[in-house]
Amino acid sequence: MFETIAFYTFSFLTILAFAITVTTKNVLYAMSSLAGGMIIISGMFFLLNADFLGVVQIIVYTGAVIALYAFAMIFFDSTKDIVETKTGKTFFILTVLSSVMLVLILTIPMASGQVEALYPIHEGVGNAQDVGMVLFTKYLVPFEVAAVMLLVAMIGGIIMAGKKMDKNLTEIKENEE
Amino acid sequence: MSEETLLYIALFSPIVSSLFAALFGTVPKRVFVGVVTSGLIGLSFLSSLALFIHLQSGSGVVHVQMFDWIMAGDFSVPFGFLVDEVTVTMMLVVSLVSTAVHIYSIGYMEHDKGFNRFFSYLSAFVFSMMFLVMSDNFLGLFIGWEGVGLCSWLLIGFWYHKHSAGWAANEAFIMNRIADLGMLLGIFLIYWTYGSVQYDVVFSAVSEADGEILTWIAIFLFIGAMGKSAQFPLHTWLADAMEGPTPVSALIHAATMVTAGVYLVIRANELFALTPEVGLFIASLGAFVAMFAATMALVNRDIKRIIAYSTLSQLGYMFVAAGLGAYWIALFHLVTHAFFKALLFLGAGNVMHAMNDELNIMKMGGMRKVMGWTAILMLLASLALAGIYPFAGFFSKDKILEVAFDGHYYILWATLWITAGLTAFYSFRVVMLVFFGKERYKDFGFHPHEAHDYMIWAMVPLAVLAVIAGFFEHQFVAFVSNVLPVYEFSEHTHHMVGQLILVTSAIAITGIAIAVFSNMFREGVFSSAFRNTILFKLFDNQYYIPKIYEEVITKPYMELSKVFWEKVDMKIVDASVDGIANILRSTGENTRGMQSGNLSYMLRWMAGGMMLILLFAIVYTYSDVLLNILQGVAK
Amino acid sequence: MITLEHYIVLSTILFAIGMYGVVVRKNLLMLFFSTEIMLNAVNIALAAISNHYGDLTGQMFAFFIIAIAASEVAIGLGLLIIWYKRHGSIDLETLQSMKG
Repeated sequence: MFETIAFYTFSFLTILAFAITVTTKNVLYAMSSLAGGMIIISGMFFLLNADFLGVVQIIVYTGAVIALYAFAMIFFDSTKDIVETKTGKTFFILTVLSSVMLVLILTIPMASGQVEALYPIHEGVGNAQDVGMVLFTKYLVPFEVAAVMLLVAMIGGIIMAGKKMDKNLTEIKENEE
Repeated sequence: MSEETLLYIALFSPIVSSLFAALFGTVPKRVFVGVVTSGLIGLSFLSSLALFIHLQSGSGVVHVQMFDWIMAGDFSVPFGFLVDEVTVTMMLVVSLVSTAVHIYSIGYMEHDKGFNRFFSYLSAFVFSMMFLVMSDNFLGLFIGWEGVGLCSWLLIGFWYHKHSAGWAANEAFIMNRIADLGMLLGIFLIYWTYGSVQYDVVFSAVSEADGEILTWIAIFLFIGAMGKSAQFPLHTWLADAMEGPTPVSALIHAATMVTAGVYLVIRANELFALTPEVGLFIASLGAFVAMFAATMALVNRDIKRIIAYSTLSQLGYMFVAAGLGAYWIALFHLVTHAFFKALLFLGAGNVMHAMNDELNIMKMGGMRKVMGWTAILMLLASLALAGIYPFAGFFSKDKILEVAFDGHYYILWATLWITAGLTAFYSFRVVMLVFFGKERYKDFGFHPHEAHDYMIWAMVPLAVLAVIAGFFEHQFVAFVSNVLPVYEFSEHTHHMVGQLILVTSAIAITGIAIAVFSNMFREGVFSSAFRNTILFKLFDNQYYIPKIYEEVITKPYMELSKVFWEKVDMKIVDASVDGIANILRSTGENTRGMQSGNLSYMLRWMAGGMMLILLFAIVYTYSDVLLNILQGVAK
Repeated sequence: MITLEHYIVLSTILFAIGMYGVVVRKNLLMLFFSTEIMLNAVNIALAAISNHYGDLTGQMFAFFIIAIAASEVAIGLGLLIIWYKRHGSIDLETLQSMKG
């Protein structure tokens, strides 16, 4: 009962938040609602017994990603409106249709197939511990690769955003090219 | 030296010679190329001679298998060679004539730019022919057969810058190709029937096959022989092949190429012996061609063409003998003919050389004064061709007439008999017009000169053989009887032999006499009354056959090709190819708008594409359900 | 009772919203946001399936997706900043240098 109420509430809120994100003209609104949606999604993870994932969701998305966006916003002139060309209903229908098909594709094999758990969840063990066990044994190499990837991304981000930070590239463009 | 080594030397020294000459193909004339190739062909001749002596001593046939050639499932053909009495006879003739021709060519081609190239082709020609006669299976024979065809194309078209030479080469090649189809079908049929293309396997099982199939095999093989040996109706290439250098003509007509057809019939004698009706057809066609070619030779004014027609005529004789089952006689005539015909052609080459490539015998005359040796050699060869005792042609030709008489084929005999007279007449017409009588060449401003000494010397062995070869008739019979069936004359014919010889010689001598006298009194010019007859016009225009071919085959074919080119090729093939290109082009043109560079549009396309893929996935996933629905609708 | 299908449907709806944003919006920053939405939608599906089968693999993949999303944001924003510095705009319509 509690789960049902929680699910529907969270669903409603996430959809709402994300809908605002994609439709609003103001970037700041969009970012705020995105951050809200992210937090509510972490609630969804808790519902799904993926506690650790929920925590990571809050930390990484709301803590890091959204903060990153917020800082990036400093560079952009957010008051300058971007003209959104009018798009007809075609794209909306297109999206709806493909999502319907996605549902059909995703659900049908679930109902039919009997899947054997590869890394079963252990009863009575905390989710974080369980995840840790699998992550540092079975997924060690991908984990390390992901770490390297994050490092590379970090360096890349710093270099790209930090290069000649004090200058406006629009003005020095002619000299370079 | 072992027989096997000898065999390989005999077979492969011509190809070595050819490759050696080919090395110098693009450089200016080098005399040593001619000398070395002549030497190598001579080596081949010596090896053949050694093999001949080996066989003569009764040591049995030499049969070697170099390696497995084709192995595909049940089909296996070894790369094998067989030297028996027939083969060694052919080898001797081929290599001897070739050696003479090679040596002769050093002189004949001395001013030609393609000197080295010429020797390369010539040796390759000899190799092909050696391969043809030495192979122990039909497939090897076919390879040699095609090789000979290729080399003849190269050599006839040797002076390719002349349009007529290129045309003649193509004509020879195409005609041979038509006949080769028959040959190939014959070989296929042999394999299909006997499961092998080895001579020994096929011939030992030859009678097991169904009579009808056997007949078809014989017919197909003979079609092949018809092309190579230029029998009617595939004969036109032979006369046109005179466009090639004269030594080539000597080689084609005497030793290689045209004798291949006769060789094939002789080689497959077991097969032809079982199909007497095909044999009779061969004999009839042979007699017809003998007469037909002789009449064309009668009135021609081109020295080489006359000799070419005489070859055609003599091949007809050979086919009469082969068709009537007298294979050794056919082979015997082939051998003697090779000697005197090579001699005739080389002599004609001397004359041509002296006359700056003038071929019209009407412009010659009295040339014995300047080229005595050539005159003597040509005279000997002509006597042999006419069949005068004791020259080689007498023995072999007479035997063929006896065979025709013996088989009660009196029409054939009569045809050949008349042809013998015609042969004597035209061959002496040439001799008289060229070497005797008024020195007409002076009117045309020619200054003839005798050929080099070594060219004459190269001809001498041929001349000697053309004179004496006939006397070895009995030894020859004994030699080849191991392989070929001996033709037994009936008692009746045996008594008649004397009269037959008398009658034949009489007509030959009459022919010569007419030629000599007509030359004395009329300078070899035919009376205007005769010139106006239809017969003369027929002869002079080669029975209008080239014209008929032109009108009936070439022109409609040309028209047909044109139609196919304009209608089929341009409108269907080209159009469809262009259409595909245009579709791609227009697709590109029309979809170019997609590449606006606008990321937003691209994302939309991506979304559309994703949706399409999803659609496919859905259809695939629910294919069972969809099928059921469709079936329900259908009901 | 909330079943797997509920979560899948929710995930698909969110994904569709994200996709709609990607397709329709012209602001590059909004494009990034939409991408984040799509990634999160997938994460929900993965977590739900993981829960349904009692298998941790789904969660593992969700972790890696989060890692990828973080990297993407870092690099993407870096590029975006350079772009903005050069062109003074983050409008998709200005990204026309690939015009054929």
